Amino acid sequence: MLPKSELKGALVIPVCHLDDLPEGESVRLSTEPPIAVFRTAGALYAIDDTCSHQDASLSEGWLEGCFVECPLHAALFDLRTGQPTCLPARRPVRTHRVSVDDSGFVHVEVAADARAATREGSAA
Amino acid sequence: MKTVAVVGASLAGLYAARALRAEGYDGRLVIIGDELHRPYDRPPLSKEFLTGAMDEDQLALSDAGEEAELNAEWLLGVRAQGLDARGRALRLDGGRTVTADGVVIATGATPRRLPGAAALSGVHTLRTLDDARALRAELTGRQSARVVVVGAGFIGSEVASSCVALGHHVTVVEAAPLPLLPQLGEAMATICASLHADRGVRLITGTSVAALSGAGAVTGVQLTDGRLLPADVVVVGIGAAPTTGWLDGSALAVDDGVLCDGGGVTTLPQVVAVGDVARVAGTRSEHWTSATEQPTVAVRNLLAGRTVEAARPLPYFWSDQYGVRIQFAGRRPADCTVRITDGTPEERSFLAVYERPDGTVTAALALNRPRAFMRLRRELTSGVPAGHASRSR
Ligand SMILES: Cc1cc2nc3c(=O)[nH]c(=O)nc-3n(C[C@H](O)[C@H](O)[C@H](O)COP(=O)(O)OP(=O)(O)OC[C@H]3O[C@@H](n4cnc5c(N)ncnc54)[C@H](O)[C@@H]3O)c2cc1C
Ligand code: FES
Repeated sequence: MLPKSELKGALVIPVCHLDDLPEGESVRLSTEPPIAVFRTAGALYAIDDTCSHQDASLSEGWLEGCFVECPLHAALFDLRTGQPTCLPARRPVRTHRVSVDDSGFVHVEVAADARAATREGSAA
Repeated sequence: MKTVAVVGASLAGLYAARALRAEGYDGRLVIIGDELHRPYDRPPLSKEFLTGAMDEDQLALSDAGEEAELNAEWLLGVRAQGLDARGRALRLDGGRTVTADGVVIATGATPRRLPGAAALSGVHTLRTLDDARALRAELTGRQSARVVVVGAGFIGSEVASSCVALGHHVTVVEAAPLPLLPQLGEAMATICASLHADRGVRLITGTSVAALSGAGAVTGVQLTDGRLLPADVVVVGIGAAPTTGWLDGSALAVDDGVLCDGGGVTTLPQVVAVGDVARVAGTRSEHWTSATEQPTVAVRNLLAGRTVEAARPLPYFWSDQYGVRIQFAGRRPADCTVRITDGTPEERSFLAVYERPDGTVTAALALNRPRAFMRLRRELTSGVPAGHASRSR
């Protein structure tokens, strides 16, 4: 269990209404670092948008099942874990928790380590 | 097979080594590379590495864990000098020999140089990490330098773009009337050539370099039309030739690349060639993706002792210039025409398709249009007619 203050401090970002994210589509959040939100046949997933290999936006990638293929060199990432399943990517991307509220609005809870990275990034 | 030697420790060589182990080859694996560095990625050298957005350690193609798994003998900083007529013995620097039952040739390509360039400081080519370090040091050590890039191909254009990003004044000189004409055709080459002006880079076409001027350090570029371009730094990007000189005297057929069949097998069944050095079924690619795809099939054939598989993957390349990502996939037959199906050249974001007279789509080009491009590239790869090319996902 997270201490209450941490919970309170959790960075939750509103994305869009579920109706505006049809199945097979993705949306890119201009957070720092940017986050990609995907809607597959059965679920919503959020991962860091920038490929762990080089400079490509995974929200522009090809969605197939719960995998996304990078649009630059075709590395495949598992949306559930962020792990690459083939080269040239060798490192995972971060995953973030997605929730839908009662009104059908989609939210992303930015992973804690991503926020730490953000703080470092903005301090630099 | 007891010993396989891979000559060239870069992209295609590393992918060949990986493929050998993936195919279950558990014999001795020797990787010979004349650069001192572990395999690294070249595309960033003209892009993010040159501008400083990417560091050297981010260029690595492998890591310690994977290298341990590969269980290979790395002979780095060692040049192969020759391959005997039977294709079984490699002569190395210093009189050493490696005997192998299988050889993978992955020696890539070597940049063409301008006569007189070697005698002058400030004149660069860009192929290796060492080249990129030297160029980066020169570009970051000065302010508002006058840079002349000779050659407006992909690497020349990317270097020009990176130099502008670093605050330098850049002129690009291209001998052809229009750069990238053979790759893209006239209409699309014209659009790509116009990117230079977006960031204030002057492009001079239809003129070549008569001489480099300067004593000790370069001071200018003398053009054949009589103009003299003052220059503090000159980058020569006039193409690369396959690195085959070391194969002189071998039994292999070489003609602008090591000749291979569609499965990467050379005139000797126990020798295969992959990457920029290989002319596979008549075509030599100088693209990252070919260098990563060809080894899979070539290695299977090597282990089988004959061609059991051929591949004809869809050519694909990308280039990043002036904030625009260019992506191209497919082939351009002589009778094809090109049509923009999404976006516009003015917004520097569009998708164009190349079509035969019967409407068959054979290739796609995109500027800053990754999604629509990816869809079409997949359709071209799978062979399913790209009938709805104009609809973006
Ligand atoms: C600056 C730059 C930018 C690029 N950008 C892009 C891009 O944006 N998109 C794209 O698709 N492609 C790009 N490419 C092309 C891509 O990098 C090449 O296609 C790829 O590197 C080819 O891999 P290779 O292993 O066949 O050859 P190389 O990478 O050239 O490797 C060959 C290796 O063999 C070594 N060698 C040569 N002779 C010997 C010998 N006798 N003995 C031992 N070792 C030897 C060489 O030193 C070298 O290390 C770029 C290339 C460069 C240089
Ligand atoms: S940038 Fe994603 S695979 Fe290379």
